[in-house]
Amino acid sequence: MVAVDKTKEQVAALGEKYEHGWASDIESDYAPKGLNEDIVRYISAKKNEPSWMLDWRLDAYSRWLSMDEPNWARVEHPKIDYQDAYYYAQPKSMAEKPKSLEDVDPELLRTYEKLGIPLEEQKILAGVEGYERKVAVDAVFDSVSVGTTFKKELAEAGVIFCSISEAIQDYPDLVKKYLGSVVPVTDNFHATLNSAVFSDGSFVYVPEGVRCPMELSTYFRINAENTGQFERTLIIADKGSYVSYLEGCTAPMRDENQLHAAVVELIALDDAEIKYSTVQNWYPGDADGKGGIYNFVTKRGLCAGRNSKISWTQVETGSAITWKYPSCVLRGDNSVGEFYSIAITNNRQQADTGTKMMHLGKNTRSRIISKGISAGRSDQTYRGLVSMHPNASGARNYTQCDSLLIGKTCGAHTVPYIESRNPDAQIEHEATTSTISEDQLFYCRQRGIPEEEAVTLIVNGFCREVLQQLPMEFAVEAQKLVGISLEGSVG
Amino acid sequence: MSTPLLEINDLHARVEDKPILKGLSLTVNEGEVHAIMGPNGAGKSTLSYVIAGREGYEITGGSIKFRGQEITEMNPEERAAIGLFLAFQYPIEIPGVGTATFLRTAVNEQRKARGEDELDAIGFLKAMRAAAKPLNITDEMLKRAVNVGFSGGEKKRNEVLQMTMLAPSMCVLDETDSGLDIDALRVVADGVNALRGPDKGFLVITHYQRLLDYIVPDFVHVLADGKIVKSGDKSLALELEKTGYVDIQQGLTA
Repeated sequence: MVAVDKTKEQVAALGEKYEHGWASDIESDYAPKGLNEDIVRYISAKKNEPSWMLDWRLDAYSRWLSMDEPNWARVEHPKIDYQDAYYYAQPKSMAEKPKSLEDVDPELLRTYEKLGIPLEEQKILAGVEGYERKVAVDAVFDSVSVGTTFKKELAEAGVIFCSISEAIQDYPDLVKKYLGSVVPVTDNFHATLNSAVFSDGSFVYVPEGVRCPMELSTYFRINAENTGQFERTLIIADKGSYVSYLEGCTAPMRDENQLHAAVVELIALDDAEIKYSTVQNWYPGDADGKGGIYNFVTKRGLCAGRNSKISWTQVETGSAITWKYPSCVLRGDNSVGEFYSIAITNNRQQADTGTKMMHLGKNTRSRIISKGISAGRSDQTYRGLVSMHPNASGARNYTQCDSLLIGKTCGAHTVPYIESRNPDAQIEHEATTSTISEDQLFYCRQRGIPEEEAVTLIVNGFCREVLQQLPMEFAVEAQKLVGISLEGSVG
Repeated sequence: MSTPLLEINDLHARVEDKPILKGLSLTVNEGEVHAIMGPNGAGKSTLSYVIAGREGYEITGGSIKFRGQEITEMNPEERAAIGLFLAFQYPIEIPGVGTATFLRTAVNEQRKARGEDELDAIGFLKAMRAAAKPLNITDEMLKRAVNVGFSGGEKKRNEVLQMTMLAPSMCVLDETDSGLDIDALRVVADGVNALRGPDKGFLVITHYQRLLDYIVPDFVHVLADGKIVKSGDKSLALELEKTGYVDIQQGLTA
């Protein structure tokens, strides 16, 4: 939470005029349960969207109606009733909300303590009644206060960093050109749903030749209510530009909305580079998996230009179910796609995650390093596709897929799909499965390292290649998180 | 008057259902180096694991005291923190964890357990470099993952480095000579000898006399069938070298 502390300091320095912010008109801002055309219209109207945006949403909605939920992933959950969910600013019924921290899952609180999160912040993260995000945290993350500091520097560089709602108003040409260009409206059931009802998200545009002067983090932008549920992010790196974007938070966040379906689209033009890092730590549910988030995410980057590069780094430790395949379409010649992933599942968590590398251009290169750690009674699948198209001569892929099992009741599965339609392309795939051995634990303990710390050390070692890819401020927290996620998995 | 460091009294232990130690008694006083020799299967490695508290080695009788304190109920990390060290016969590989990181974690966890302040990064680095130099351990080796891709000699030198940095008062060396050529053996033995002192105790477990030319013991014990069957001074090791263990084992059955 280092970034949060920093932000708080900055906000404090800016004065307290936003303390009571905007609580007033948000209270009653919600649509009834269920999904129909009127709800889509309602969402669009609430955001004062132009008609082209509403048409786009309605088109998505009508297509969604005839689509089926994907069922090929190795996850199990009760059938989701999409009419039983809220699609805009869900009213949090007071009966469902914890009245105080005492009503919150004590395991969650212990985690907050270990991460060193202040008590007030804990209440917000846990969704305690009277500590809604919009009242407390959004005051902190108010776009006006924090934004003035960060946006000034960004504006000087010409970088646009705002919410997607703002972008629809202020930069309609860019949004029209790129929204849905990487993840088409009909890409998949969850992405289509997102297209119809997306609540908010981030928009980034880095102009030609600009190296973004700072790591862009979701901390530093306005967090409109409910962005987490159907988040929509669009990042465009123009020719020769560079941007690094950080998403997420190491603190496990509780959310009343069980269903999450985000879409992230990245576009890199000639010689541009986008680095996208995620720490996903949504509430995984209790030890029996009750109450956790279903996270169905579509993330895809398009290396549209020559010599462009897109790099995904993810640390996935949260959610009851994770369904997520950050992918790269390598269209530009000599473009590079990377996927570095750590997925940790414990207790009853299920994760089906991996990547797709579509090599369309010549001499395109991709690298996949996936580290899966399963503990408890969890189940995890790496699912990846490497596809070499006929024009991708000279293309190369290297994939390394390692699974670590802790205990005897978890599962790890690897499902790599490899297609090559170019005799010139090279594909390498390496996979290992290992366990934390009793020998390793005893060795560490004999040196004075207690069992849980030993597990953390060994797992962090296992993940090292991926942790090294994270920006510094994230890496340290992520290492801590690895340990916390695996608590209670041994002994 | 010598002060007892490690007192093992009538120790019985089993692995799964098989009794391995059958009434072993041994006292190591401060400043003493004891060697335990014995044939394969006598229980030498079991003894080292039982002293260190490894799970799966069940004590069925007797006691182990460390500076007068009963330690049989303590877990391995607690035993380590009060000053007990085991140099492994086959040091374990931990992929991805740098040797220096591992060592620093161990040093600081022990300090934490004893209520001492953790060493800061610079203080630790200085101490580690000073300890590594006489063992011919380079910075490059300290960056490599713990024991991964290390030669036999590098692994054993790494054990001695850890021993030096953790500064235990009682060291158990389990077949430290195995897998070492004569040059490596000399470096390791020099490292161990440098740590000898009036308040430290060593228990050197070995199959061969050879190691004892370099780490000269004050006492030599012969372990056979889970018990110490003979004790003596250094000359006992030389005698065993000539006669082998067969006589002793025959003596047992006779």
